[in-house]
Amino acid sequence: MEEDKRKELEEMAKKIRVDIVEMLCESGSGHPGGSLSLADIFSYLYFSGIMNIDPKNPNKKDRDRIVLSKGHACPVWYAALAEKGYFDKSHLKTLRKYGSMLQGHPDMNKTPGVDMTTGSLGQGLSCAVGMALGAKLDKLGCRIFAIVGDGECDEGQIWEAAMSAFHYKLDNLIAILDRNSLQIDGYTKDIMNSEPMINKWKSFGWEVIEINGHNLDEIESSIEKALNIKNKPVCIVANTIKGKGVSFMEGECGWHGKAPSEEEKEKAIRDCMCKA
Amino acid sequence: MIPENIKKILSNEDKKVATRKAYGERLAELGEKNKNIVALDCDLSKSTMTALFARKFPDRFFNFGIAESNMISAAAGLSTMGKIPFASTFAVFASKRACDQVSISVAYPHLNVKICATHSGVSIGEDGATHQAIIDAAIMRAMPGMVVLSPCDGTETKKVIDRIAEYKGPCYVRLCRVASPVIFNESYNFEIGKGIKIMEGGSATIISAGFTTHIAMQAARKLEEDGIEVDLINMVSIKPIDSKLIIESAKKTGLVITVEDHSVIGGLGGAVCEVLSCNMPTKVVRLGVQDKFGSSGSPSELVSAYGFDAASIIKTVKENIC
Repeated sequence: MEEDKRKELEEMAKKIRVDIVEMLCESGSGHPGGSLSLADIFSYLYFSGIMNIDPKNPNKKDRDRIVLSKGHACPVWYAALAEKGYFDKSHLKTLRKYGSMLQGHPDMNKTPGVDMTTGSLGQGLSCAVGMALGAKLDKLGCRIFAIVGDGECDEGQIWEAAMSAFHYKLDNLIAILDRNSLQIDGYTKDIMNSEPMINKWKSFGWEVIEINGHNLDEIESSIEKALNIKNKPVCIVANTIKGKGVSFMEGECGWHGKAPSEEEKEKAIRDCMCKA
Repeated sequence: MIPENIKKILSNEDKKVATRKAYGERLAELGEKNKNIVALDCDLSKSTMTALFARKFPDRFFNFGIAESNMISAAAGLSTMGKIPFASTFAVFASKRACDQVSISVAYPHLNVKICATHSGVSIGEDGATHQAIIDAAIMRAMPGMVVLSPCDGTETKKVIDRIAEYKGPCYVRLCRVASPVIFNESYNFEIGKGIKIMEGGSATIISAGFTTHIAMQAARKLEEDGIEVDLINMVSIKPIDSKLIIESAKKTGLVITVEDHSVIGGLGGAVCEVLSCNMPTKVVRLGVQDKFGSSGSPSELVSAYGFDAASIIKTVKENIC
């Protein structure tokens, strides 16, 4: 990746992180950890030019789709959509409030740019399978990105979806696994050991690419590679740090579903602004 | 008494058809006219009859194996791409196994998914309680924005399928395994939200939906021979329900008997009580599966054992009329 492009995407990831902290502080609840772990990936998806999307025409038929299967991480999505111009940034302050277009979990009928309603874990990847089938039927040429959590992989439905994506040779479906190794009650290895994660996806017939989910070069090369793989779906296993960018949240499972206080906010924003 | 205008739409043929078969045939026909229709199934296509569609349109048929949750969410995904997915499996699995998927992937975003579930009720017979859907209408009715339809015969099923293919939004159709008499002829018209009064009388109102309507007709005819004339309403549209038709009839007769191959909790009987309790408080006796599970047995044995055969309906009417 060119230096300028990397800098631009790094800056955008910082902005997204600051947006996440600010909106969660304003709402008083929400999920910072699993949102922050995805900031670099969302910066890349929305601002590298890799996706065929148009914020002025969010429903255009041949657009690439994102399904946030781990729907609780929607603050990262809302931040990216606002920064991209899908809606005014002032809406971010309304997160989780009554009447807001930004619901506690993604709502496709309320938020421009949200392609699928999710929130009950395990369902989004199946929805993405349906979208990928539909895209192939109409030869739309669009790609479906499904963002899956590692804790979410406890859900049996993820593996039903994985089996069917392989069966139907959905090479237009890319799952990005946010492997931050934490779930609400603790480390995934202690709560429900999902290892060997990589071999699981491989054994379900998927192409697997393992990356550092905070390294933009690796994000780019994995997605570029994934887009060229034929006849099977791809799972990019992105090793991430939950709470990435905010020193006191990093790797702390206590920050799964808790908003920062006003004091913590100041410190968190200072952290986000520092070099990643 | 059967009104003249109803006589014109009743079938004269002595024919029996399973509603699942009528569904499969109509879906395969509709597939020709509407290229956006796709069918999904969970390894039961020969039973749900989506195999008829699959044979004609293999590229638009998706078998998901024995994974109902995945199928329902995938149907939701397909609908966001402009497809009209007809997702089929047994009613027990569509309503209970995939309950959260129907709720969150389909009903909450109000997506255009048609869940056509077969093998509803104890009338499926020998497979027993695990495969007898007796709370599916209750579950589906409780889903915000879900249309719930329970056609009584092959003709009505075909009309229902035509209509829901045009309607935009989530629908649940409750279909049956065993063949039952064809009640209507082709000139019958179906509208979402409307029931139809098949017989007219002043002594009581019998309201039925789905498999039980032919049984309720037998009962009403027998009652007529005994000098007791009843209103017989076929309430295919369980949600939205035809409140006006129910209220008007209850006002006239003062006694309502509901008949369904479903639990008396939350299905047609529950829906009728909801309508009447706030509009026209009337005595309602609910025939159907009481608060218990199903059982193995032949369909006719079970219909009698669970108390909604013609004899039970007749007895209930006679016991309750003033």
